[in-house]
Amino acid sequence: MVQKDKVCRFEGADRYILDEELAQIVNVSIAMEMPLLLKGEPGTGKTMLAHAIAGSLQMPLIILNVKSSMKLLEALYQYDTLTRLNDSRFGDSKREVSNIEEYIKMGKIGQAFAADTRTVLLIDEIDKADTDFQDDMLDVLDQMQFDIMEIDKTVRTKHRPVIIITSNAKKDLSDPFLGRCNFHHIAFPEPDMMRRIIGVHFPGLNDELVGACITAFYRLRELRGIEKKPATRELINWIRAIKTDPDFKVKNLVLGNMPYLGVLFKKSGDLAIVSQQASRFRL
Amino acid sequence: MFVGFFYTLREKGIPVTPTSFLKLQKALHMGLIHTLDDFYTSARAILIKSERYFDTYDKVFAQEFKGIAFTEPAASELSDLARSMLQEWLKNPADLARALGMDEKELAKYSPEELLKYFLDRLKDQDGEHHGGSKWIGTGGTSPVGHSGYHPGGMRVGGVSRNKSAIKVAMERRYQDYAQDGPLTESQIGEALKRLRRMAPTGPKDVVNIDKTVYQTMRNAGEVEIIFDRRLTDRLKVILLIDNGGWSMEPYINVVQTLFNYARSQFKDLKIYFFHNTIYDQVWSDPQRLRQQELIDDFIRRDQETRLIFVGDASMAPYELVHPQGAIYIDQRQAMPSINRLKFLAQTFRHAVWLNPQAENTWRFTQTIAAIGDIFPMFELTLDGLEKAVTHLMSRN
Repeated sequence: MVQKDKVCRFEGADRYILDEELAQIVNVSIAMEMPLLLKGEPGTGKTMLAHAIAGSLQMPLIILNVKSSMKLLEALYQYDTLTRLNDSRFGDSKREVSNIEEYIKMGKIGQAFAADTRTVLLIDEIDKADTDFQDDMLDVLDQMQFDIMEIDKTVRTKHRPVIIITSNAKKDLSDPFLGRCNFHHIAFPEPDMMRRIIGVHFPGLNDELVGACITAFYRLRELRGIEKKPATRELINWIRAIKTDPDFKVKNLVLGNMPYLGVLFKKSGDLAIVSQQASRFRL
Repeated sequence: MFVGFFYTLREKGIPVTPTSFLKLQKALHMGLIHTLDDFYTSARAILIKSERYFDTYDKVFAQEFKGIAFTEPAASELSDLARSMLQEWLKNPADLARALGMDEKELAKYSPEELLKYFLDRLKDQDGEHHGGSKWIGTGGTSPVGHSGYHPGGMRVGGVSRNKSAIKVAMERRYQDYAQDGPLTESQIGEALKRLRRMAPTGPKDVVNIDKTVYQTMRNAGEVEIIFDRRLTDRLKVILLIDNGGWSMEPYINVVQTLFNYARSQFKDLKIYFFHNTIYDQVWSDPQRLRQQELIDDFIRRDQETRLIFVGDASMAPYELVHPQGAIYIDQRQAMPSINRLKFLAQTFRHAVWLNPQAENTWRFTQTIAAIGDIFPMFELTLDGLEKAVTHLMSRN
């Protein structure tokens, strides 16, 4: 069971700026042992949060990347029939063919359950899977145990993992699923917040440059007709690109001469719109 | 606790479940929530499961807790309190003078009543500027104000500033954008239409079916036999018919455009046709409706499993729909009323829906909407409507 004496309080990490609201939600979820479902625009740091929690609470992080074709069983365990067939046919391994347990491989959820320490389990992009997968998975997470049919064994959690689930979908997940999670929507960071985020990624970067980049970034996001708006990730990459350019001057940026727009806009249609309009910008 | 809050949330249409409310009680019980700020965020995380409701939650929260946080102790209660404190103080004028920040001699000029009034005014000031407030009364250790200041009915000095901020946060209504009535974007449409696919095995057998291979090999007593399958591909055929004529569709161009763009990039087998108001003998595959026409009669040769999606406001003069000579263009006048054409299409294709960009609550004001709604199931062109439409299109019967 969970060690009650160990007070788990999450207070942010080196590379992750945490707002108070989210910190409270994370701490409540950890204390109540409920999965936390995070939604928000891509690039608002949903996945990064799990990394930050794992880092700051010093727990191992186990990531389950959900795919559309994924079955729940895959996430729990796999019975590797192919290897067993190979072993029984050609017999060149040290495994005991008659012992099925040797051919059971734990999936990501299985690993988190079987782990000897408390872990952070990140279930990334749950919306990709179908609703059945989501509901069944929550059942398993709720009961904190599952059966391995082939060897008639039940795997129980030693330590209830901290579960973070992310979803990109604008659509809501099913009701039974939502009923078992805490929910938070990470809004796109405000310019102030963005400045702090840039601050931790590029310590000691020229304030003027950061200011100009952020202003330009938010102006570019506002442009009409853009299909995929650039997110934090793109901004960080953009600043990284600008930093490597020795010829770059903040003055040019202010005058609307924006380099490397391809870093920010990845769809050719968007890039065309932006390059056309950006030249008319004056910050 | 907070049962009223729970029911207000439900009343405002947020699906809050009793289970989650119990979870909130558990969180309160576990001592996880200390301030109204904490309560605001935790309750939202536990009770509200979609950002679409965040805005409503903010509104309810601000309303519900505004009264409580700003309730001042009743004036009589306060003056009683102050009077008793004053009695205490007057035993030691030096302390009082220091606490009120005035000279001891000056203090002597005040009558007890005046002093009380002065004190109450000060207290109100302090309440206004909470920083000073919490400090001033908070230095309770040294001055008697601090001790009796935290009378049960007294000023919650530390609390007030925080309370205010939670409500302020709620009042900002940061989540307005995510409310249900927000605009429909391409990715949202994508989400809604995602389930609109029919996977069927096609092409050469080039995917190894491991389960069958193992099974077959064991049947062969260990002689390996590899079984191949065809791969699954999306075989769904979609015909999109868009009303792009006249002024009535003008306000919806954006949303239809978005749907159109999404459909064109996502569906493998998609045909798009245009019409004006309703369908007569033919539809056009060029938006100008001039050159490439397609006869409705020819649609019978199409795959019956094709999904037919109409997009249009279905609003027109009734004769356009039911009169044999109803077409508003002279060259399109044929001897069959449009409504028969629509019925023909509905009979040919089992899976057909009509998406109407007009709000559902205005439909009953237009006669032709009801008439067309009898033929094709009609859904609003919104997230919810799209989802219902997709469910209908994918249902088996």
